[in-house]
Amino acid sequence: MTRLGMVIDTRKCVGCMDCVVACKTENDVPDGHCRDWINQRLEGEMPALRLTITSERCNHCDRPPCVSCCPTGASHVHDYGNVVLVDHDKCIGCKACLASCPYGARFIHPQGYADKCTFCIHRVEQGLEPACVAVCPTHSMYFGDLDDPESEVSRLIASRRHFVLKPDAGTRPRIFYLE
Amino acid sequence: MLELISTRANPMIDPAMHVWGWEIPVYLFLGGWVAGSMVLSGYLMRQDRKPGESCVCDVLPWISLVLISLGMGALFLDLEHKLYVWRMYLTIQPASPMSWGGWILILVYPVLALAALLSIPGDLLGRWPGLARLAERLKTPAARNALGMASILLGVGLGIYTGILLSSLGARPLWASAALGPLFLVSGLSTGAAFAHMIASNPREQSLLLRSDNVFLAVELALIALFLIGLSTSTEVHAEAAGLLLGGPYTAPFWVLVVGMGIVLPLAIQLLMSSHRIAHTIVAPLLVMAGGLALRFVIVSAGQYSHWLTP
Amino acid sequence: MSHRISRRRFLKIAGLGTAAAAASGLSRSARVVAASPKTAAETRSVPTFCDICFWKCNALAHVRDGRLWKVTGHPDDPLSRGRLCPRGTGGIGAHFDPDRLRAPLVRHATRGEEKWVEVTWDEALGQVAERMLKIKAEHGPEAMALFSHGIGGTFFKHTLKAYGSPNIAAPSFAQCRGPRDVGFELTFGEGIGSPERTDIRNARCLVLLGSHLGENMHNTQVQEFAEAIAQGSSIIVADPRFSIAASKAKHYLAVRPGTDLALLLAWINVIVTEELYDADYVAQHGFGFEHFEAAVASYTPEWAYPETGVPAKLIRDSAREMARHRPATLVHPGRHATWYGDDAQRSRAIALLNALLGSWGRKGGFYYPSMMDVPAYPYPAYPKSARGKVDNPDHRYPFASETITTGIREATLSGKPYPVKGWLVYATNLLQAMPNEDETIRAIQNLDLLVVSDVIPSEIAGWADIVLPEATYLERYDELNVEMFREPFVALRQPVVEAPDDQKPNWWIARQLAVKLGLQDYYPWQHIEEYLDFRLKGIGSSLAEMKQKGVLRGPAAPLYFEDGVAPEFYTPSGKIEFFSPQLQQAGFDPVPVYKRPESGPPGSFRLLYGRSPVHSFSRTQSNPILRDAMPENEIWINARVGRRMGLASGDYVRLRNQDGVLSNRIRARVTEAIRPDCVFMVHGFGHTSKGLRSAYGKGASDARLITRYAVDPLMGGTGTNVNFVTIEQEA
Ligand SMILES: Nc1nc2c(c(=O)[nH]1)N[C@H]1C(S)=C(S)[C@@H](COP(=O)(O)OP(=O)(O)OC[C@H]3O[C@@H](n4cnc5c(=O)[nH]c(N)nc54)[C@H](O)[C@@H]3O)O[C@H]1N2
Ligand SMILES: Nc1nc2c(c(=O)[nH]1)N[C@H]1C(S)=C(S)[C@@H](COP(=O)(O)OP(=O)(O)OC[C@H]3O[C@@H](n4cnc5c(=O)[nH]c(N)nc54)[C@H](O)[C@@H]3O)O[C@H]1N2
Ligand code: SF4
Ligand code: SF4
Ligand code: SF4
Ligand code: SF4
Ligand code: SF4
Ligand SMILES: [Mo]
Repeated sequence: MTRLGMVIDTRKCVGCMDCVVACKTENDVPDGHCRDWINQRLEGEMPALRLTITSERCNHCDRPPCVSCCPTGASHVHDYGNVVLVDHDKCIGCKACLASCPYGARFIHPQGYADKCTFCIHRVEQGLEPACVAVCPTHSMYFGDLDDPESEVSRLIASRRHFVLKPDAGTRPRIFYLE
Repeated sequence: MLELISTRANPMIDPAMHVWGWEIPVYLFLGGWVAGSMVLSGYLMRQDRKPGESCVCDVLPWISLVLISLGMGALFLDLEHKLYVWRMYLTIQPASPMSWGGWILILVYPVLALAALLSIPGDLLGRWPGLARLAERLKTPAARNALGMASILLGVGLGIYTGILLSSLGARPLWASAALGPLFLVSGLSTGAAFAHMIASNPREQSLLLRSDNVFLAVELALIALFLIGLSTSTEVHAEAAGLLLGGPYTAPFWVLVVGMGIVLPLAIQLLMSSHRIAHTIVAPLLVMAGGLALRFVIVSAGQYSHWLTP
Repeated sequence: MSHRISRRRFLKIAGLGTAAAAASGLSRSARVVAASPKTAAETRSVPTFCDICFWKCNALAHVRDGRLWKVTGHPDDPLSRGRLCPRGTGGIGAHFDPDRLRAPLVRHATRGEEKWVEVTWDEALGQVAERMLKIKAEHGPEAMALFSHGIGGTFFKHTLKAYGSPNIAAPSFAQCRGPRDVGFELTFGEGIGSPERTDIRNARCLVLLGSHLGENMHNTQVQEFAEAIAQGSSIIVADPRFSIAASKAKHYLAVRPGTDLALLLAWINVIVTEELYDADYVAQHGFGFEHFEAAVASYTPEWAYPETGVPAKLIRDSAREMARHRPATLVHPGRHATWYGDDAQRSRAIALLNALLGSWGRKGGFYYPSMMDVPAYPYPAYPKSARGKVDNPDHRYPFASETITTGIREATLSGKPYPVKGWLVYATNLLQAMPNEDETIRAIQNLDLLVVSDVIPSEIAGWADIVLPEATYLERYDELNVEMFREPFVALRQPVVEAPDDQKPNWWIARQLAVKLGLQDYYPWQHIEEYLDFRLKGIGSSLAEMKQKGVLRGPAAPLYFEDGVAPEFYTPSGKIEFFSPQLQQAGFDPVPVYKRPESGPPGSFRLLYGRSPVHSFSRTQSNPILRDAMPENEIWINARVGRRMGLASGDYVRLRNQDGVLSNRIRARVTEAIRPDCVFMVHGFGHTSKGLRSAYGKGASDARLITRYAVDPLMGGTGTNVNFVTIEQEA
C-alpha cells in the first residue's frame, strides 16, 4: 500500500507563503480562500524568543472524521496513496466535514461544494510533486510514501525529532513537522 | 508571552468556526419534537380507548407532518449545494448519522401519514373509496398496534439520530460526549410531552402526559450533569470545552435559558400541577419547548466556538 | 501491483521534478479530473524571466487553454534554481490586475487631480515629443531627466541619451544599495553589485545586520540562507526586531537602532585586540593596518554595550564565533543600506570586518562573479552634453558612483546648477521611493512636463501630464538579462500572452518616441526581435534558440583566490584599504568613527520599515493574488508599550511623525518581537492613488511618514530610518 504524506522542516521554513501562493495558482483557489496557510507561534520575551513556523493544510488523516461523517460519500479516501478527496458532484454542502475537521482545513467553495488540499493528486499521479512542495524556495517540504521505509519522508521521520498537529484529536495526521 | 499568528482566512472557519447558523439548531429541535410526539402518540395509539373518547394521537401525526416538513425545509436551506441533495439517497453511509438520518426522515413520512389517516372519521373519507378501505383495514387492533410500534421505533431512531449527529463530529470536543445522544432524545421527549399535554383535551391522558413530562425533565437534568461531569473529567481539551458552559461565554444562556427557565422552573410548576395544587397552565409546557430550542442553539454554537489556532 | 509501479516511478521522478506520466498514474488522473479539471486542459510553457523585483529569476510561464495559468522557476536557471519566490509565483496577478492602466492618458485638470482623457499612442507620444523638443530648445537637453528603475528602462535610457541628457537616475543607488557599494569600493576597490556576490551557500558563519532574509525574498539569497541553516552554519543576526532571520540565529543581538557602527567597531576591536584576524591575508593584501589598529583600539565591547544595548559578553562571543569560522565567515553587506546617513562608513566597517576575517575572494565569503560577453548593438555615438550631470554639482558628494535621484529632485527645486524642466519616469513610483513626498510634489510643480510610464495607476502616475501604460513583463520582449553572477548566463524575456488592452512594451514606446524626436538613426532596428537576434548571434546563439531555451549558461569561471582568481584591488593603493587616504583627502574619517544617532522626541518611536515576503515595494498591493496573501500592513509595537497604551493586536491606530504628518489607519501588531524604542511596518502600503481601487487606503505608508532623511556626505544617499512617530488610537 502507498500512504502519501508530507514532512516539513520548520528549521528551514521562513514562512514566506510561497506554498500558499503556488497552491492558489496551481489549483485556482478562489479569492479569499486558501487550501494551505502559515501559522506562527512566538514564545518568550525579547530578546529570548522562540518562533515556530508551520505551513499547514489538510493532514490527509489516517482516521479522517471528515470522511466518516459525510452522508453522500463525497468525502472519500482515494485508492492511490490514501489521499482524502472530495468528489464535487456528490457533495451536497452540508458542512458536516467542515465541522468535523479539527484543523479547519476545509472550506465551502463559492460553487457550493466542500474544498480543501488534494495533495495535488493530479500532479502526483503524473510523477510530479505537489505544487507547494515543488515551489518551496528553502526546500523545507518533502513528499512521499510513508509506507516505504526507503522513502525520503520515512527516513526523515525516522532520523529527526518531529511533531504533528493536534495529536489529541486522534485523527492520525500524515503531515510531520521536523523540529 | 505566547503569540499566535495565522495567515488562514477561510469564511465560516476563521477567525472562529461558524459553519452552522440557525437552520441546524431549528432542524434538530423540530426533529426532536417530532420524535417525542411519535413515541407518545405511538404509545397512546396502542392503548384501547372507549368509543368517542378523544386522543392527542389523533392530532399529533398531523402536526408532526407539518413540523418535520418545516425541519427538513430548514435543513435544505442550510445546504450549500442544494441541487445535489438527491445524492444523499443514492447511498447509505453507515458511519454517517447524517446519512441514515436522511433515510429515517424518508420512513417517517409514510408512518405519520398512515397514523394521520387513522384519525379521519370514515364518513369523511366517503369521496375517496380507496383511502376509506385502507383506513378501515388500519382500524383493526392488530394494524393499530403495529402502526403504533412503528411510530415508537421510528420516533426513538429519529430522536437518537438528532442527538448523535453532533457527537459523531469528533473534532468538536464539546460534542464528543456519549451523553449528548440520550440528552437530545429525552429533550425531544419532554418537548413532545409538554406540547401534548398542553393540547390534550382528555383529562386522564393529560395527567399521564404531564407526569411523564416531569419524569423526562428530571432525567434531562441528570443527563446534563452527566454530560458536564464527563467532559470536565476527560482530557484537557474536553475540560476546556465544558468550560464554555461553566464560566465561559455560553454560561449565561445555558444556565438561565436552558436549565433555569427551560427545565427547573417548568418542572416545579408542573409538579404543582400534577399534584393539583395549581390549575393546568400552558406557561409551563411553553417554557419546556422554548428550553428545548435553546438547548439546541447553545450546544450547536458553543460546539463550533473553536480555538482555531491551538496547535 | 500498479500501485507499486506508479509509486516507484513517482519516487524516482519526484526528485527530478519533471513531468512524466506513469501508465497507472494517467488512468487515475483521468478519474480525479473532477477534483482538478485542469489536468484535462491544453497547456503550453514559455520560458521568460520575472520582473516583480530586480533579481530577474528565470521562469516558465504556463498557459492553459489560452489563459495564463501559473509561473514556475526555470529548471535550468542559476538564479531561481527552479523555484520562484512568492512574489514571482504570484506574478501572473500583474496580468490579471483589474486596476491596470489600459490606454495612454493625457491630463485635463490640474496636476495630481487624477483626471484624464484617453488618447491614441500617436497623439500621446506626439505631445511628449513636442514638449520635449520645446524644453530642449528653451533649456537644453539636460533639462530633461529620466528616472528609471529596472531592465525595462534600457531603451528609454537609450532614447534620452540620444536626445542629449546625462541626467538618468534610479532609486537603487541613493535610496538603496549606494552606500554599501561605495563603502566596499573604498575598501576593496569593487562594489557588491546585484545579484550580490555573497557566497552564503558556503558560509560556515553568516552575520546579518538588518538584511532580513526570509522577508527580503531575493531568491538566491534566501535559498542559500536555507542551505546555510541546513548545514548548521552558525548564524548571527543584529536587528532591533526579531526578524524571521533572527529566529534562525545562534546569536541574536537586539541592537539599538542606528548603533550598528558601534557594534561593528566593537567586533573589530575584539578580533584585532585578541589577534583573531587572518594575519597573513591582512599582511599580504592590507594597506594602513597600523593606523586602523590604533583607530579601533578604544572601541571595546564594554564601551559598545551602553551604545548598542548589546551585552559585552554577547559581542565578544559573537566576534569569536566569526573568527572561529574564518575565512568562511560572511558578514553580509546588506542591500537596502540607506538607514542613518553614516551608511557608507557603516558599510565600510562591514567591509573592514570582512577584510579582517579574510572572507573577500574566499570560499564562504565574497566570490568573484563572471559575466557572459554579449556584444552590444552598434548605435551611433550619443551627443556630448555641454553641461555635466545636474545631481551632484562640483562633486559635493565625492564618492557618488551613480546618479543621485534626490540630487535631480533638488536641482529641479532650486534650478541650480541649471534648471530641470521635464521628468520622464519609467517604472519607479517616486512618491513612495524617495523620502519626503512633499519635496517631490513641489519639484513636480516646477516642471513643464511629467511623463510616467507604469502598468498601474501609481501615485507618481497620478501626478503625470501624460501616462504611458506599459504591457507587463509577461506580455513583452525586453532587453537581454546579462549579469555578473556565480556563473555567466544570458536570459530572454519574451511575450507569454497578449496585453489585454492598448498597453505597449517599453521598447516600442521608447522607439516611437525617438522617431517622433527625429532620432530614428538611433534605432536602426524596426522590431526588438532584430535587436535581440543580433546580440544573440554574437554569442553563437539566436533568438529562435533562446525562445526555446530561455536561458543559456556559460562556462563557470574560478570564484575564489584559492582557485586561481588574481587578488587585484582597484583602490589607489592597489590593496585593501584599512586606512583610506582618499577619504582623508576628501576630509572624511579614513577609518570609520562612531557618532551616536540623534534620538527622537520623548514618547516617540523610531519608524523602521522593511519587506513582506509576498509584496514588492509599492507595486504589488493591487495584484489580486498577492493582495489576497497580504491585503494590508501592520505596525509592530512592543508588547509592553502596547499593554501600557491598552492596545491589542488588530486594533487600528494612526501614526503621527515629528513633523505632524498623520498616517492612514493601520492595524497594530502588539508583539514581543520588537524593541520598545522603535516600531516597524512593511513598505509599500497605504496607497493614495484612487485608481488602485483594491489597494487604496489599505494599511499605512512608511514613505508618507518619512519627511526627514539624513544625507550621506560621502555619496548622497538618503538615510531614512531617522523619523519618529507617536501612536494615536483609532476611535
Ligand atoms: N519580498 C521582498 N523582498 C525584497 C524586496 C521586496 O520589495 N520584497 N526588495 C528587494 C530590495 S531592492 C532590497 S534593497 C532588499 C531590502 O532588504 P534588506 O536589504 O534586508 O533591507 P534592510 O533595511 O537591511 O532590512 C530591514 C530590516 O532591518 C532592520 N533594521 C532597521 N533598522 C535597523 C538598524 O538600525 N540596525 C539593524 N541592525 N537593523 C535594522 C529592520 O528591523 C528589518 O528587519 O529587499 C529585496 N528583497
Ligand atoms: N519609504 C521607503 N522608501 C523606499 C524603500 C523602503 O523600503 N521604504 N525602499 C527603497 C529601495 S531598497 C528601493 S530598491 C526603491 C524601489 O523603488 P521603486 O523601484 O520605485 O519601487 P516601487 O515603489 O515598486 O515602484 C515601481 C513602480 O513601477 C511600476 N512598474 C512595475 N512593473 C512595471 C513595468 O513592467 N513597466 C512599467 N512601466 N512600470 C512598472 C510599479 O507599478 C510602480 O509604480 O525604493 C526605495 N525607497
Ligand atoms: S514555501 Fe517553504 S519556506 Fe515558504 S512558507 Fe512554505 S514551507 Fe515555508
Ligand atoms: S485534516 Fe481535516 S479534512 Fe483533512 S483529512 Fe484530516 S480531518 Fe479530514
Ligand atoms: S459538505 Fe459535502 S463533503 Fe462535506 S460532508 Fe457534506 S456532503 Fe460530504
Ligand atoms: S498539496 Fe497541492 S493542494 Fe495541497 S496545499 Fe499543496 S499545493 Fe495546495
Ligand atoms: S526574487 Fe522573486 S520577485 Fe524577484 S525576480 Fe525572483 S521570483 Fe521574481
Ligand atoms: Mo533596493
